[in-house]
Amino acid sequence: MSPANYPAGYRYTKDHEWINVEGSVGTIGITDYAQHELGDVVFVELPKLGAQIKTGQSFGTVESVKAVSDVFSPVSGEVTETNSLLSDSPEKVNQDPHGTAWLIKVKLADPKEVISLMDAAAYQAYVDEKTQEQSA
Amino acid sequence: MRYLPKSPSERQEMLAAIGVDSIEELFQTIPEKFRLREPLPLPGPLSEMEIIQYFKDRAAENATDCTSFLGAGVYQHLRSVVTDAMVQRGEFLTSYTPYQAEISQGTLTAIFEFQTLMSQLTGQEVANASMYDGSTALTEAVLMAERITGRNKVLVARSVHPEYRQVLDTYAKNLGLEIEEFGYTSSGQADRKALTGEKLANAAAVVVLSPNFFGVLEEIPALADAAHSGGALLVTTIAEPVSLGIVRPPAEADIVAMEGQAFGVAPSYGGPFVGVIATREKFVRQMPGRLAGQTTDTAGRRGFVLTLATREQHIRREKATSNICTNEALFALVATVHLCLLGKEGLREMALQNVAKAQFAIAELEKIPGVRRAFSGRVFNEFVLEFPRSVKMINAALLREKIIGPLAIGAHYPDLTKRGLLCVTESMPRTEIERLATAIRRILDSPI
Amino acid sequence: MNPKLTETEAPPATIRKAGRHVNQNEGLIFEKSAPGKRGMELPPLDVPPVDAEAALGREFSRGAIEGFPEVSEIEVIRHFTRLSTWNFAIDLGMYPLGSCTMKYNPRVNEYVARLEGLASAHPMQPAEVAQGCLRILHDLQKCLLAITGMDAITLQPAAGAQGELTGLLMIRAYLQSRGNPRKKVLIPDSAHGTNPASVVIAGYEVQNIRSNDRGQIDTDHLREFATQDVAALMVTNPSTLGVFEERIVEIAGILHERGALLYMDGANMNALAGVTRPGDFGVDVMHLNLHKTFSTPHGGGGPGAGPVMVKKILEPFLPIPIVVQKADGRFALDQNRPKSVGRVRAYCGNFGVLLRALAYTLAYGPGIRQATEDAVLNANYIRHHLEDSFDLPYDLPSLHEVVFSDARQKKNGVNTMDIAKRLIDYGFHPYTTAFPLIVPGAMMIEPTESESKEECDLFIDAMRSIALESETNPEIVKTAPHSTRVGRLDEVTAARKPILRWKP
Repeated sequence: MSPANYPAGYRYTKDHEWINVEGSVGTIGITDYAQHELGDVVFVELPKLGAQIKTGQSFGTVESVKAVSDVFSPVSGEVTETNSLLSDSPEKVNQDPHGTAWLIKVKLADPKEVISLMDAAAYQAYVDEKTQEQSA
Repeated sequence: MRYLPKSPSERQEMLAAIGVDSIEELFQTIPEKFRLREPLPLPGPLSEMEIIQYFKDRAAENATDCTSFLGAGVYQHLRSVVTDAMVQRGEFLTSYTPYQAEISQGTLTAIFEFQTLMSQLTGQEVANASMYDGSTALTEAVLMAERITGRNKVLVARSVHPEYRQVLDTYAKNLGLEIEEFGYTSSGQADRKALTGEKLANAAAVVVLSPNFFGVLEEIPALADAAHSGGALLVTTIAEPVSLGIVRPPAEADIVAMEGQAFGVAPSYGGPFVGVIATREKFVRQMPGRLAGQTTDTAGRRGFVLTLATREQHIRREKATSNICTNEALFALVATVHLCLLGKEGLREMALQNVAKAQFAIAELEKIPGVRRAFSGRVFNEFVLEFPRSVKMINAALLREKIIGPLAIGAHYPDLTKRGLLCVTESMPRTEIERLATAIRRILDSPI
Repeated sequence: MNPKLTETEAPPATIRKAGRHVNQNEGLIFEKSAPGKRGMELPPLDVPPVDAEAALGREFSRGAIEGFPEVSEIEVIRHFTRLSTWNFAIDLGMYPLGSCTMKYNPRVNEYVARLEGLASAHPMQPAEVAQGCLRILHDLQKCLLAITGMDAITLQPAAGAQGELTGLLMIRAYLQSRGNPRKKVLIPDSAHGTNPASVVIAGYEVQNIRSNDRGQIDTDHLREFATQDVAALMVTNPSTLGVFEERIVEIAGILHERGALLYMDGANMNALAGVTRPGDFGVDVMHLNLHKTFSTPHGGGGPGAGPVMVKKILEPFLPIPIVVQKADGRFALDQNRPKSVGRVRAYCGNFGVLLRALAYTLAYGPGIRQATEDAVLNANYIRHHLEDSFDLPYDLPSLHEVVFSDARQKKNGVNTMDIAKRLIDYGFHPYTTAFPLIVPGAMMIEPTESESKEECDLFIDAMRSIALESETNPEIVKTAPHSTRVGRLDEVTAARKPILRWKP
């Protein structure tokens, strides 16, 4: 698997979600590693606007033909936007997981929560280790 | 043994090839004290002829040469022998679930056609590849409504088949689902007025059957309006789908749960039958059961596959829409072949004959003093009659004349004693209807 | 005509089981439809005709059903016959599908199911004219209780999954009657997907417990997780690896001492019938899959039947109705059971399936053990001859099925799905791929007793040949099948943009 470019400003979770914080709003998606593991994405299930989500809680799912993955929130807060592009074009998650295929935007309850998440370098190292484990 | 294709010497050869002396060695992992030393005390072994004789003897102990006027969710309709000729083909009968699409295109194409027919009949956008039967299809439809609305109360009309309600109750008890029943009016229809704003407040669904257990047609558009006004879905069950040949389909319902037995499936003492769920496209990901979808292969040829499998248990396990795995595929095929044979005109004609026979029967029976229709609503091929005497007593006398009479419904509806449910389909000869009327007249004339 | 064959290679001459043959194309029935065609004519009406609108009222009337097919009888026959030729079937050859028990569907079963007095029986006809049906149910009950060594039984559930649910509901009712229904059910990570799904519908929480390095239930883990909150453990025995749970007695003991129950998923009963009885080794409640062990036909996905057998303590909770024999020897349906969990489906069950299972059991009688022995012999024979070619993740004695993995072939980029698809070119249906979940790249093989030595040898040859191809010519495996009417289908588009019905 070719090394992916994990955007420097983002933060990452062990479950392969990313969050990009601007002010008090966080944009959340799944990483390139996650979309690769899943295969061709066929459907994305997202929460309703205004939904309150908690750190570590599943807020939606991403489906391939043969698997379903929960997406876990790296932060707590209120859902202010969901990506309407994905209902007609779920394949965007495979094509551009860090950019146009973001899943939701959240108004952060506590912006300090992101500090404990991995940065791009740490996440890259984490993913490299996982890849090594799998081919061992 | 004729089902085992090995000679004793082949067994020896195979054991030798594995390197064991006896078959016993292959069962060593079963603790010795649990390994049976004696053959099980089972009847048999029987030759094919003896098996046939055993079942012929059983058939003779059933209702031989009786004319039955029973309906109540299971209907006797005319069938073509062509249906069996198709379904008996080994490639349909002995094939597996079509997970390997390349060698299951026969099954998958037929399922796609079944889904299409069910959608056309019910006026809904999509239908699945079958559930176990009408009663479990209804239950699953209710659970679907619960998932869609996020509400956990269900308003069920008492005019829904009592056994369907019992099944729903069994499932609901363990899932925190509150079932509230509402009554029927003198027309025999579900009492729409009972659907107040208060009642609908936390309701996921309103559930009706049409034609209902009394044979009466429900007013689906008005019921849908009532349900929707309170934020609930309308779930309509259909146990006699031949009615759809001539009766307006429940297009305004959000989910339809149907029993397809009437489409060429033998009554067979209660099963196997074929349930179906049909609904709007926007609810498809909440729908249980298998789905066949159209697609193309790498060369662009049209083909069919099982799709949206992520709803199902083998992928989503505890988060699945249902635990259903094995369905009623073979009987969905029976229904498909039967409906293709009948076709647009044939189904309509069959439905019309049902109406004609039922109207004739009602007229004949109402000529008997003391016998009249219990409800005023419009009916298809079933209706409830009120009798001057206990229906059980009338039936005991009818049975002596080889007639299985109306179903006494007092056991399920304590306010409806001395009332019997009668079904007359296109398969009932006029002479038998007349014989029934004559017999009842004679029974009622004689002293109790 | 499959253009891919000219691109890659024709199947090599070593394929002995299958050849090429012209088969007919056919569209959808709706595409053959034209106004005025009829496939079935009804006898004329012998009562006065009615006007539909007059009889039903305009608000209930319907016009013609748009798009409904109009075809002749011959077109129906050709349509479905052509479709049938596109299917694989047991009548054609082996389905080595692990956990499915694809055995011969005896034809006498089809004949007796269609006997006039049985096929036409209405479930509500009075008991005095249904004695034949009731006796069939009663006789089947006795046979299944003898085979499983249990005390009481319900024949009502329509499939294995429904049987699981019924069993769990009875467990709940039993525990409730003792004051506390409890909250969780333990499921091994090797379990079939219906198990956890059924647990949730029964209102319980799933708690997964892991298998040990022998693929068996980890009894230490079990001890740790079998708290007072646990109602039951659902075990499949033999496991989904085809191996008998060697510690089944200990497992039952752990549960019983904590007031919990042992549920057995009987899907793998084909390894046990006539050899051992689950009731003897501590099972409290179990279901059988009649469409597996008892030969009733799969018919493209169903019907089935999932009767549930219980120990005496659970008898009061059986679903209604139950079949009873009265003092005068006659049979009846008893609905008066106050502690019953209720009804799980309308009427008394999939009678036509139950009848077929009885016919199967009568054919074997006490000799049913021979079928089990042949099934286990076939599985071990195949295992023995494939151990050199495929990775065997759990090297434990197999009963009726064996699970290999694609680990060796993966090195050349060939996985279990590819091997399965290539098996189609060799004239077989694929084995079960990707299950159980505890074996990555699983290849679950169950031949059943219905396979002759010849068919087993052909299968072995095919698998060995594919193993060789995986090394010398992996492309032909990765792009298989090559001999079918359609190649691999685009499941991604089918899921992204579902087309679930024909439209004009």
